[in-house]
Amino acid sequence: MDKLSLYMQYPMVRYAFIVGILIALCSSLLGVTLVLKRFSFIGDGLSHVAFGAMAIAAVLNFTNETIIVLPVTIVSAILLLRTGANTKVKGDAAIAMISVGALAFGYLLMNIFSTSSNLSGDVCSTLFGSLSILTLTKSEVRLCIVLSMIVLIIFIMFYNKIFSVTFDEDFAKANGTPVEGYNLLIAVVIAVIIVLAMNLVGSLLISALVIFPALSAMRLFKSFKSVTIFSAVLSVVCALSGLVISVLAGTPTGSTIVAVDVLAFFVCCIGGLFKGAKG
Amino acid sequence: MLTVSGAYPGDDRHFTEDKMSLIKVKDLSLGYDSKVVAKDLNFEVNMGEYLCIVGENGSGKSTLMKTLLGLKKPLGGSIEFGDGLKSTDIGYLPQQSLVQKDFPASVYEIVISGLCKGFSKSLFYSKRDKETVSSTLERLGISSLKHRCYRELSGGQQQRVLLARALCATEKIILLDEPVAGLDPVATKEMYDTISDLNKGGVTVIMISHDIAAAVKYATNILHMGDDNVFSTKEEYLNSELGRNFAESVRSEE
Repeated sequence: MDKLSLYMQYPMVRYAFIVGILIALCSSLLGVTLVLKRFSFIGDGLSHVAFGAMAIAAVLNFTNETIIVLPVTIVSAILLLRTGANTKVKGDAAIAMISVGALAFGYLLMNIFSTSSNLSGDVCSTLFGSLSILTLTKSEVRLCIVLSMIVLIIFIMFYNKIFSVTFDEDFAKANGTPVEGYNLLIAVVIAVIIVLAMNLVGSLLISALVIFPALSAMRLFKSFKSVTIFSAVLSVVCALSGLVISVLAGTPTGSTIVAVDVLAFFVCCIGGLFKGAKG
Repeated sequence: MLTVSGAYPGDDRHFTEDKMSLIKVKDLSLGYDSKVVAKDLNFEVNMGEYLCIVGENGSGKSTLMKTLLGLKKPLGGSIEFGDGLKSTDIGYLPQQSLVQKDFPASVYEIVISGLCKGFSKSLFYSKRDKETVSSTLERLGISSLKHRCYRELSGGQQQRVLLARALCATEKIILLDEPVAGLDPVATKEMYDTISDLNKGGVTVIMISHDIAAAVKYATNILHMGDDNVFSTKEEYLNSELGRNFAESVRSEE
């Protein structure tokens, strides 16, 4: 405890906690929708795109990478969800293509143009986010707070629509809901969340942050609302404890948080079994 | 009056002779891209009728349904809606998708989503919306399921929930896509009785079905889709050669 309160005196540790909680909250919210829409892997695909964009930003020596990374990721998200609807390359294949392609190009660019002496270290931290959350600047934290507030507000405002579009697209369409529009909105929000989450867990582990809380909650709860709320709470709790553990034990932040998420998933599975056996 | 114009520009024939006509389909052809799956469809649905659409797989039944709902554009011909009806005013009971089988949602959440229309006036549900849900559940005899989890219900109960959602979306007309697919005989009979009761209560019904026996038993009109599209009342259909043949072939399959 002493060690923790000592660390908390450093602003960068406090920043890490603020950003960590916000990202965990946002990423879990849409997780339920993504898992149910069979888009679990879009997080992975988009995070690789963001990685590629980040490499470009690094090569071009941009100080604030988000300016490039965010628009590129949003465009890719829109393209991915669009292609999901009606083209020759179907959803999962399109995600795989974009994700692997962006990853390769990102690494290639970094390899050719990088001025850093520790290239594999750079790549590693972008992929696994091992250090970046502890090196956040004040402006990045501010941006993160603003973007997560926007995500939260959008989610709450369109909660009913998101439910009806997720549960039954055809019915929603027949009912006059502009389904394409909402899919677009969901895509943009996902892109924003992923760019945010890259700071926390790095691009490789983002899927875990999106999927695990949702899957855990689905073991235990039976209505959309309770699943959404529980996954948000669980995600925040896991992120918090992961951060605390990583600070105290000196483990890499991203992987620690995901490890806690995985653990929570198994606990929920067992809980679900007991619940099922009783009912 | 809303006119969905097809490939014939200038086709603005309106029907005024019968004010109770809800849907009037003229020379409609359906298909994907330029591949025609059904053509020369002519039929109309009047208030209070029970139309059953029968036909073999691939005869374009589902495509017709999507076109009526405004999810697809017709290749040609026109669909006219009367009596202030819009394509979004049709309550739709789709076939269940795989996603829904493990979807965590309560019955209440699903039924109230039927009230979620277009960019509706408010983003949240009002007290009146909640009352509508309660009364609809009551009407279908599933009030006790209100807080149950959808994926744990039986097939028949699930269909009732989706029917309740469709009724929330409309008062006038419901479109049912194979409502008894996958149900056991008891649940099938209950479902048909429920639909029939709704029809007697003034709801116009359009139903797609493989089940010719039920079509003949409950419907007032029958549209047979296939090489030739035949639209007739039930009595006419039963006396036609086509109807006898189809009924025969269905019976022999069973």
